Amino acid sequence: MDGNGEQQARENRQEEYRLLVESIKPKHNLLQNCVNAFLVGGAICLIGQLFLIFYSGQGLGEKEAAAATAGTMVFIGALLTGMGVYDKIGKFAGAGSIVPITGFANSIVAPAMEYKREGFVFGVGAKMFTVAGPVLVYGTLISCIIGIIYFLLQ
Amino acid sequence: MQFVLAFVVGGLLCVAGQLWMDLTRSSVTPAHILVGFVAGGAVLSALGLYQPLVDFAGAGATIPLSGFGHSLAQGAIAAVRQKGLLGAFAGGLEANAVGVAAAVVFGYVAAVLFNPRG
Amino acid sequence: MGNKCGEQSVSFSQPLVITSGANIVGPDEGKGPLASYFDLILDDMLFGEKSWETAERKMLEESAKLALRKINLQPQDIDFFLAGDLMNQIISANFAARGLGIPFFGLFGACSTFAEAILLGGILIDGGFARRVLLSSSSHNLSAEKQFRFPVEQGVQRSPTAQWTTTGSGAVVLDAEGDGPRVSKGTVGKVLDLGVTDANNMGAAMAPAAADTILSHFQDTGTSPESYDLIVTGDLGKVGQEALLQLLRQRGCDPGDKVRDCGLLIYDLAAQDMHAGGSGCGCSATVFTGFLLKKLREKEYQNLLFVATGALMSPLSCQQGETIPAVAHAVAVSG
Repeated sequence: MDGNGEQQARENRQEEYRLLVESIKPKHNLLQNCVNAFLVGGAICLIGQLFLIFYSGQGLGEKEAAAATAGTMVFIGALLTGMGVYDKIGKFAGAGSIVPITGFANSIVAPAMEYKREGFVFGVGAKMFTVAGPVLVYGTLISCIIGIIYFLLQ
Repeated sequence: MQFVLAFVVGGLLCVAGQLWMDLTRSSVTPAHILVGFVAGGAVLSALGLYQPLVDFAGAGATIPLSGFGHSLAQGAIAAVRQKGLLGAFAGGLEANAVGVAAAVVFGYVAAVLFNPRG
Repeated sequence: MGNKCGEQSVSFSQPLVITSGANIVGPDEGKGPLASYFDLILDDMLFGEKSWETAERKMLEESAKLALRKINLQPQDIDFFLAGDLMNQIISANFAARGLGIPFFGLFGACSTFAEAILLGGILIDGGFARRVLLSSSSHNLSAEKQFRFPVEQGVQRSPTAQWTTTGSGAVVLDAEGDGPRVSKGTVGKVLDLGVTDANNMGAAMAPAAADTILSHFQDTGTSPESYDLIVTGDLGKVGQEALLQLLRQRGCDPGDKVRDCGLLIYDLAAQDMHAGGSGCGCSATVFTGFLLKKLREKEYQNLLFVATGALMSPLSCQQGETIPAVAHAVAVSG
């Protein structure tokens, strides 16, 4: 039997089937999804701006006000997730509620809550970081690399 | 005006995330989006491109996770100026200690207090 | 003694009788168009338990007990219990078997498990190893989401091709004799893979297996679409069903409008937000034990081919970029 021929025939069959599936697959409503993401993402940032101005008005410096805003938004994201509201927002907003820092809080609370029954160490403690872990890993890694490059270029 | 800019820029960054999710492979999850935004924000920041956006749009640029990346990168750069190589390791996390600790604490408390409802 | 016919089918020496069927479903299924066919509709997803997983195993055990109770049988009247589910190490079936105390075979065929159980149960009886067997399978939306996808409170958008794991459990008693719909033959599926990698489009991954099993069944047993009133697939959903129809036509078989799908029957897709339809071991099990058995008993359907399909991936194999293999098992049931 010609192994290559067989391989080729299989690939052809797979490609043919892929095209068939593509032709019948319902498409994302891209425009609607983008509008939803824009509105919700924009609204979350608007709320952030409110807090930013509020904290700046309290006499906090630029950095401190930004940090306090981030903390506040994380609190709101965590609370809404706990109350079972954030997943409903997410269903509507898609990336609009994933990209803002509230989405980061959501990705921490959701698995932590879900795995509470598996205990406080391997459940809550470990699962909290299923999504937040990679974010912190790559964030830290890149910031260190940038720092080192900056140090070398100095 | 500040509010309009925050809304529009923040919204557009989310649209970028939505396009990424909908137009690419189905295996892109929220984890990929968040990691991508943090990494992208950090790189843009190091190239000096993100700070102008922050000056322009305020929370519209800092609340999306790319703002976290920006803050990590700027923290590392500022710390290198002060402490040299050690700063490269300390700066990023130091600058974001509040956000990270808030995420852990509030995340933990919410997880303990609430149950998933499905 | 029955015999093997053709390449992959079995024909029983005399038809085996489904003497009892029972099911339990979750709240969403209870709001669907088949609500009146279910024995018990749960008000909440926990079923009085402390976790989704314990709720699922309770559903499986209770539906099995209910199937026995309906015909006044005790667990000791049953020779073997065959069951399976979607959880890792099929914990729902294993733990339910612990409660029932019947000699047990655990099965894993993903969403094809219920048809697999009927086939194997039939083979056990026809081979003379058993008089009566109890068969069951279950799935639970939230335990499955947790294991295969995202935590329930995570704010994510579902793909329009994604299927909704049914919360439900179905059980039947298969007997060498008695009253009820009869199982005369069946076809054991081969594992097929046409290169679909999208775990949010399992219908497309399973359709080739369904088409292959249906065509093999016709060939092996000398039947055709005309031999059946309906061909009911397990849970291909909207995308998978369309793919199946096109695959069948490509290979010269036109089933007309005889193809139905459990995943499409169980929900009202227009009113319920279930995207491409239902899936999971509990989907075909509850539709079969509720809706189909009743229609067979009432002789509304004389002959039907029940083809349950299963996507055989794991979260790990998906993360490693593997394609999704699938299997479909068929059983012919007559009223």
